[in-house]
Amino acid sequence: MSDFPKLDATDRALIVATQGGLPLVARPYQAIGEQVGIAGEEVVRRLQSMLESGVIRRIGAVPNHYAIGWTANGMTVWDVADDRVDELGARVGALDFVTHCYRRPRRLAGTPGAGALPDWPYNLFAMVHGASRAEVADKAAIIATLLGAECRAHEILFSTRILKKSGLRI
Amino acid sequence: MPELDVPQGHSLGSAVDRQIIDKLQGGFPLCERPYAAAAEQLGIDEEELLARLRRLLDAKVLTRFGPMVQVERMGGSFVLAALAVPEARYDEVTALVNALPQVAHNYRREHALNMWFVLATETPAGIAEAIARIERDTGLTVFAFPKEREYFVEMKLAARV
Repeated sequence: MSDFPKLDATDRALIVATQGGLPLVARPYQAIGEQVGIAGEEVVRRLQSMLESGVIRRIGAVPNHYAIGWTANGMTVWDVADDRVDELGARVGALDFVTHCYRRPRRLAGTPGAGALPDWPYNLFAMVHGASRAEVADKAAIIATLLGAECRAHEILFSTRILKKSGLRI
Repeated sequence: MPELDVPQGHSLGSAVDRQIIDKLQGGFPLCERPYAAAAEQLGIDEEELLARLRRLLDAKVLTRFGPMVQVERMGGSFVLAALAVPEARYDEVTALVNALPQVAHNYRREHALNMWFVLATETPAGIAEAIARIERDTGLTVFAFPKEREYFVEMKLAARV
């Protein structure tokens, strides 16, 4: 099943060495190389190859979205008819203000794993950001219009606090 | 509306900081002196870019500067999960959940399910282990929402302050 690129121990060591951030020095790849025991050129070559294979999505600044003005963060969740969710999910994901869009399992009371959870009928998740809750609500209204009668229920779960945002740590 | 305990309306200080945030969310050069190369594109010098990045990181305007890894592409897993945490235990449970390195990020949200976090592990089995650990440590049931399909992911937002 593995169509994943093979990462060797050195690639993994590079991920571990950089997951907290690149060194803020003139020659950061050389500095990482010294840590991992390879030349700076080899660090560059391996990072390039992991970028190409998608192991690394991108290299750059990861902003705190609240701090740069996106203070309202709404996880919008939708109960969309099963036979339409893939088509509609792709269209919601294509909206320019949606940053993440996924299909996820519904969790209804009485089904395995649902435990004491109140009914959770939502199978489509779309993350929406704004400078205010009203802006997020306006954007959610656009999604509601797009989904039309195929959407039976929805909610917006606003975040009120970032509890942790360290990113991946292996 | 509940208060956010994160910087709001933070002044970025200058148009250069905004440029750094908007232009450097990806595409950081892979060359011997990448800060010098990136600085040139921004019309500043290497030392200034390094100083500004340091300041933006210290002020927590940036949470990180470096590679963003897609753990699934290295054979691992990434799963959204939620807890319904009793209000009186919220801080205690936050500390227990955040203590796990497998918790990549964690948000408080307004809902009966009031804690939403993402588990990222190097192997798919690591997810179940992390969930079991959280359930054991907190005594609460973890509700996992693994993705079934990904329609879109691109978290790049321009600075608007």
